[in-house]
Amino acid sequence: MSTHAIVLRTAGTNCEHETKLALECGGASAELLHLHKLCAEPARLDAARILVLPGGFSYGDDIAAGRVLGHGLRTFLGRELSAFVARGGFVLGVCNGFQALVDTGLLEGLDADGRPKGGERRSIALSANESGHYECRWVTLRNEPSKCAWLEAGTLWPVPVAHGEGRLVFKDDATLERLRRNGQVALRYVTIDGGQARYPALPNGSTDAIAGLCDATGRVLGLMPHPERNLSPWNHPRWTRMGPRAAGEGLEFYRRLVEAAGSAAR
Amino acid sequence: MPAPASSAPTSLPMAWRLEVFRREGLDDPDGARALAAARELGLMSVRSLRHGRGYLISPDTDESAVARIASELVCDPVLETCRITRPGAAPQAAALAKRVLVARKPGVMDPVALTVERAIERAKLARCRDGSRVRVLTFSAWECFGAVARADLELIATKILANDVIDEVRVGDECVHFVLPGNVAVRDAGAIPLCKASDAELERISKDGHLSLTLIEMRAIRDHYVAAGREPTVAELETLAQTWSEHCKHKTFAGVIDYDGERIENLLKSTIKAATLELAKPWCVSVFHDNAGVIEFEPGWHVCFKVETHNHPSAIDPYGGSGTGVGGVIRDILGVGLGAKPIANTDAFFVGPLDLPEQELPKGCMHPRRILRGVVAGVRDYGNRMGIPTVNGGVWVDPRYVGNPLVYAGTVGLMPAHCATKEVKPGDIIVVAGGRTGRDGIHGATFSSAELHEDSVVVSSSAVQIGNAITEKRVLDALLSARDLGLYRAVTDCGAGGLSSAVGEMGAECGARVELEKVPLKYPGLSPAEIWISEAQERMVFAVAPEKLAALLAVFAAEDCEASAIGMFTDTGVLELSYAGASVGTLDMHFLHEGTPKWLRKATRPVVRTDDPACPPCADANAALLALLSSPNIASKEWIVRMYDHEVQAMGVTKPLCGERDDGPGDGAVLQPLPHSRKGIALGCGANPGYGLLDPWAMASAAIDEALRNAVAVGGDPERTAILDNFSWANCARPAELGKLVEASRACYATAKAFGTPFISGKDSLNNEFRVGDEVITIPPTLFVSALAIVPDVARAVTMDLKTAGNPVYMVGMTHAEFGGSHWFAHMGIAGGRVPRPDLVLAPRTLKALHRAIAAGSVRACHDLSEGGLAVAAAETAFAGERGLELDLSALPCGTIPAHHDPDATRLFSESCTRFLVEVDASRASEFERALSGLDCARVGRVSEGRRLLVRGTRGKVVIDASLDALRAAHQGGFQG
Repeated sequence: MSTHAIVLRTAGTNCEHETKLALECGGASAELLHLHKLCAEPARLDAARILVLPGGFSYGDDIAAGRVLGHGLRTFLGRELSAFVARGGFVLGVCNGFQALVDTGLLEGLDADGRPKGGERRSIALSANESGHYECRWVTLRNEPSKCAWLEAGTLWPVPVAHGEGRLVFKDDATLERLRRNGQVALRYVTIDGGQARYPALPNGSTDAIAGLCDATGRVLGLMPHPERNLSPWNHPRWTRMGPRAAGEGLEFYRRLVEAAGSAAR
Repeated sequence: MPAPASSAPTSLPMAWRLEVFRREGLDDPDGARALAAARELGLMSVRSLRHGRGYLISPDTDESAVARIASELVCDPVLETCRITRPGAAPQAAALAKRVLVARKPGVMDPVALTVERAIERAKLARCRDGSRVRVLTFSAWECFGAVARADLELIATKILANDVIDEVRVGDECVHFVLPGNVAVRDAGAIPLCKASDAELERISKDGHLSLTLIEMRAIRDHYVAAGREPTVAELETLAQTWSEHCKHKTFAGVIDYDGERIENLLKSTIKAATLELAKPWCVSVFHDNAGVIEFEPGWHVCFKVETHNHPSAIDPYGGSGTGVGGVIRDILGVGLGAKPIANTDAFFVGPLDLPEQELPKGCMHPRRILRGVVAGVRDYGNRMGIPTVNGGVWVDPRYVGNPLVYAGTVGLMPAHCATKEVKPGDIIVVAGGRTGRDGIHGATFSSAELHEDSVVVSSSAVQIGNAITEKRVLDALLSARDLGLYRAVTDCGAGGLSSAVGEMGAECGARVELEKVPLKYPGLSPAEIWISEAQERMVFAVAPEKLAALLAVFAAEDCEASAIGMFTDTGVLELSYAGASVGTLDMHFLHEGTPKWLRKATRPVVRTDDPACPPCADANAALLALLSSPNIASKEWIVRMYDHEVQAMGVTKPLCGERDDGPGDGAVLQPLPHSRKGIALGCGANPGYGLLDPWAMASAAIDEALRNAVAVGGDPERTAILDNFSWANCARPAELGKLVEASRACYATAKAFGTPFISGKDSLNNEFRVGDEVITIPPTLFVSALAIVPDVARAVTMDLKTAGNPVYMVGMTHAEFGGSHWFAHMGIAGGRVPRPDLVLAPRTLKALHRAIAAGSVRACHDLSEGGLAVAAAETAFAGERGLELDLSALPCGTIPAHHDPDATRLFSESCTRFLVEVDASRASEFERALSGLDCARVGRVSEGRRLLVRGTRGKVVIDASLDALRAAHQGGFQG
């Protein structure tokens, strides 16, 4: 049986179709599920190995990006999400999904009741880009050695970003140091040849050029860029300058995620 | 530490007040942007600005609940701090801060407040003490630091922080009101005394009621009611005014025109529609009669395309106007056939000079910079939130757009082939879904049909609307689910004229009965006529078989999208309106739709200038090229493109920015709509405001040529291309303006016929001028053409950046001495000249041959020549590719160039149509030459190893020698937001 994935959607989600396609191309069976339905029937998580919070503008990003969705997940599904991760489930948050994921506290760890482990609500935030505005462009990512072992460390790959609030900001240096030490820094923005990124290679001014974070288990991953927008050989902005391509690099990302989630189940 | 701000306690809001600011030490991007804008206004005394998000919350909410709302919902624990103020108390303010508060005027939409209210309600965070729902209003609190005089603060408030059409601005006091809208109930006057009205009274009734109906139309209505033996109700008269508006009815285009004695029965039918009809392309599925044009794409799939203007609302409120323009055209796509999925947006803006000195700004106008920033932000926020990539468009600058900017928004949709048609049956339930109805946008259709003037901002604010993209996204999601379940028989959007137009159109063939009290309202107090004509955003109307109503309502409920049955389609041929059981109007559908008296207007043939001023030699072509590259129509629009999500839905094949550093301006956008098919679509657009005043015929023909060039250059098949016309014109009551429209329309007919590209949809906006005092600023005749071409195989799509050193470079198309309206003549300050126009015999053959070569895979790069001619195209293709380019002008295919034109300057800067610069795979050069044999095509140079553009003139001398870095810097040296 193939690995099952739930792509959670709500008002304003807008990347759910390409995300579902990416999971299917990666080998999973995937379904779109509305937040209301999951709140009404949280047991639907039992059938899934992967839960994806896709990109978009949930609730218009009113108040702040991902805030209302994050608040809803905390309030209605905190306990269930905590249990889902505890029993080996994988959670992926992309862009707006990452913003909501940060707000749930799942990256910093929730207790069995769905409350933040440290007691404090959270010490990570996604702030407005340093440029002060929304920006859509292709960047290069490097997979960092981290708890998120299914990301092959050292790999460089191209992927688009499209967001206005993607700058990771930490409450204090100790928070960042803890995340580094714990192997939770999963992805960084780099230059096209792997060097240290500055704007625009670092599109949002994120602290320490961090593009993606995972939790202490390595099974919860959030990132600002959109791997599901780089599936076909012709998505890359410079494909007409390259040799023949079999697929976009984002496909490999989803293939590995599905594989890791599937083997964790066995 | 925050200290109480000084303010009279009596004026303080009786509500909890939360103000959320960034923590000390963190940057404040909103504040930084406002500071930059203040500096731009010359206000150097401002040291810094900080922005706080403000929330007013029902006063009878418990303090602990307010604290939870603050800490759990509205304030970020890492980035922000929240100041909480009790109802009626003076708020805290930062030391030495001068404060400006900006709140929405009562009745203006506040989408964030609705979201916060819903979130509070769903999470049961708080309730009022009487058990009722907690109400929320939002505002902005700005804190300004530095030695800023009050007058300067007011300038910042009105020019940067707020738009007083929609915003309430408080400078130096804390008086934001906690007033929920709608407490003012308006009752319709009973019947309107029309039957005995004199001509003067008829004109007064039309003017006072903002009906925008002419005397002849008012007489026709009067006569109708005299025959009926009664007076019209308000709702009836309003329905007639909306339905008969120029915006909805296109009375100029469809009326009778006396063109210097020649009688034109119906300009639209005899030109644009005639071209489509005569071309009779079998792949045209639905043209002109529905909300968008529909053509075949793949077996089982159609694509559709619609472009709209939203000029007048954008002049008054650029952000709201352009946003609702995008929202409106998306609804056209949701409402074509049984609804299509929007897969791409396009946009184009025509604005005044971005460097216009403030003191030269006509009274009542907003600065073009502010307008452009506003319309870009509006498209960004609406399109991005909808999850529709904005992939193609343009910006044009001309002084005559200063009072009346033009804003075009387009949407492409994809639908299963069986969804192309719809049918309303008597007995079907009328369902309205989406946003609630309010007093916003009343008289939008009639407003858009009238001229703008310096007081427009005062009298027209009710026509301005604020969009709520997420409401529309809910509609989109629910509509497509319901469509795929077959739960409705017909759908259309609520656009201009609101329910009156939507229901009126859907029921035109049968009849309809509407119970207006069943329409969900944003707030109480609307009169039945207001409900009926409100243009509140994000609404769609459905015809639903009674047995499917419950299932349809369930689908909408699951998406949190309100849907309500408000009446029924009938077989009476009559439109019946009631409110709480009482009739408020009864209209004969036939009179409503067919009773419009035909307009008879005079038009005079425009005088086309035939002088041909000399193109002087260019002493320093290098410098001229750099100047052109940084001129506003040519310079990089990267700052706009980057703010649009052009990647969502992951269909993009060629992007708006191309090349090694993603900075070359792509010609057209290619999308791959279906993952299982390699077939694609290419989108292009064309417009040439500089040509319009000199020669409207040539302008229109050249605009079509440009749109087609864009689409073909990236791989589109010219024999599978559909085009759209969007006219923006000055007041066509003046025979001279109408004459230009006649010429442009005839050019559309001739050009579309020659290329074999049918028009499938279009729109006109025919009263674009701005009156200030006795002076009228009229826009140049502006035809914006959009093209949608099928790309047979996306893997063969081509971009404009040079690829490989050593490859030969060809020029396709003939260069003539055509400088009228060109950027070169504008740069040289030379007026007049021959306006470029395509050769309608050769151009279609050229496009087909070039397409065959591209489809065969021999072309490595292709860039069309447009603004600035060959020199600009060569520079763009070189720096985008990070490759050198060597060109020899003596090899260029040229027509006869009269002796008074300098041969080199003509070759470099002429804007002749149907020309492309093409890099060909060296190993396939002869194959390419064979494909283009018999046409104007010559090898003119090669891609080189150096990083320079090197152009040799006709006399063998080097005329341009510029580094790629210099070219790139010039291209990026224009206005960048």
